[in-house]
Amino acid sequence: MTEGTLAPDCRPRLAPHVRLRFDAVRARQVLLAPERVLMPDETAVAVLQLCDGERSLAAIAAELAVRYQAPPAVVAADIAEMLQDLVDKGLVLA
Amino acid sequence: MNASPPEGLAPPLAVLLELTHRCPLRCPYCSNPLELERARGELATGQWTRVLDEAAAMGVLQVHFSGGEPTARTDLEALVAHAAGRGLYTNLITSAVLLDRARIAALAAAGLDHVQISFQDSEAAGADRIGGYPGGHAKKLAAAREVKAAGLALTLNAVMHRQNLHHLPEMIELALDLGAGRLEVAHVQYYGWGLANRAALIPTRTQLEAATATVEAARVRHKGRLVIDYVVPDYYARRPKACMGGWARQFLNISPSGKVLPCHAAESIPGLSFENVAQRPLAAIWAQSEAFQRFRGTGWMPEPCRSCARAEIDWGGCRCQAFALAGDAALTDPACALSPHHGAVLALAEAESEAGREAFVYRQIGARIPA
Ligand code: SF4
Ligand code: SF4
Repeated sequence: MTEGTLAPDCRPRLAPHVRLRFDAVRARQVLLAPERVLMPDETAVAVLQLCDGERSLAAIAAELAVRYQAPPAVVAADIAEMLQDLVDKGLVLA
Repeated sequence: MNASPPEGLAPPLAVLLELTHRCPLRCPYCSNPLELERARGELATGQWTRVLDEAAAMGVLQVHFSGGEPTARTDLEALVAHAAGRGLYTNLITSAVLLDRARIAALAAAGLDHVQISFQDSEAAGADRIGGYPGGHAKKLAAAREVKAAGLALTLNAVMHRQNLHHLPEMIELALDLGAGRLEVAHVQYYGWGLANRAALIPTRTQLEAATATVEAARVRHKGRLVIDYVVPDYYARRPKACMGGWARQFLNISPSGKVLPCHAAESIPGLSFENVAQRPLAAIWAQSEAFQRFRGTGWMPEPCRSCARAEIDWGGCRCQAFALAGDAALTDPACALSPHHGAVLALAEAESEAGREAFVYRQIGARIPA
């Protein structure tokens, strides 16, 4: 594995044993994995919902940059950092 | 229902179902209580499905099917399917010696998310001696391969102690070889059977330091391929672990007969009474039962915890360990260096680990535990 940030052309997706779902009791999205429950914030949820293994990291960043009216380069850097952390935890494959 | 929870009480994240205490293995550190429950007292399928409904409704997100050996129950597939239908994340915690291809396929079809298989050692001779079950290791290897072949996520649970720590590097290799995405390196915890066998199991400080270094190096080397979770034996630590993330804060454990416990070892604490899912809704037990309220939060804490900055970080450590080592569950966990009992506990650990006892008291119904 290489250290550092993900390449713009990688196509991230949730690892097969990881599930993102809405929890009605807490009224929020939760990320479920073995022995782990994560409560991703709204931005992280927006990213994870686009991690379908088809969109590239660059495409995800472009889409969210439009949605949040933010500079694409900044969005791309933020997303890459967040996803790298989830890749290191084995929750996202890229 | 008038089970108004204490102010600000969040719903539990996970529930562990001890479907049965039956198990072909006899591990000397088994997490089941010394007083094992008999098969005739086990909840029926319909009672477990009701428990799953109640758990999902109160906000539980994950269910661990455990035991004993949960695959000894022929209704396991039905229970997994029921849990999956309620949106629960389903995890099977198994010794795997009863799992064959057909059973694994049925569990996968029922919607099982993840399988965790325990290994007693990295090679058959040691593993079969520790587990007290000849041929067990070979069966585990075969089952782990079938789990991967069925496309299920696999965690390897390596329970480590003085008699197998020299094989930790091989355990890590085994996890990689079997294609596990996650490895749990869990040092034995000393309550129940583990406490009865502490003299035969507790690592030396040198062993522990070597193990920690091995894990840290392996984490870096296999980053992105294998996640390693590490549970340390806190006798040698300066501060205790946040046992269960705090008593009655995140987790429920249900025994084969339906007793609801804040942790699997809670019955080792005398004077606590536990309510049963057959008598009261799970949400009411969680919110109000005496055993859950007894050590919830920080109100019960004595000094030095009461005025400690870590009170809401480690929650005073483990209640069962406080009872086992200091004779009172309402004291600071003696694993904490601020506990007045810490020095004695550390000295005992060092003395026992150096003495080198090898014989085990194997887990079994009605075993005689030497004092
Ligand atoms: S720890 Fe060993 S004896 Fe206890 S339930 Fe697990 S496999 Fe069986
Ligand atoms: S004194 Fe209590 S709260 Fe403070 S570190 Fe020790 S166990 Fe934790």
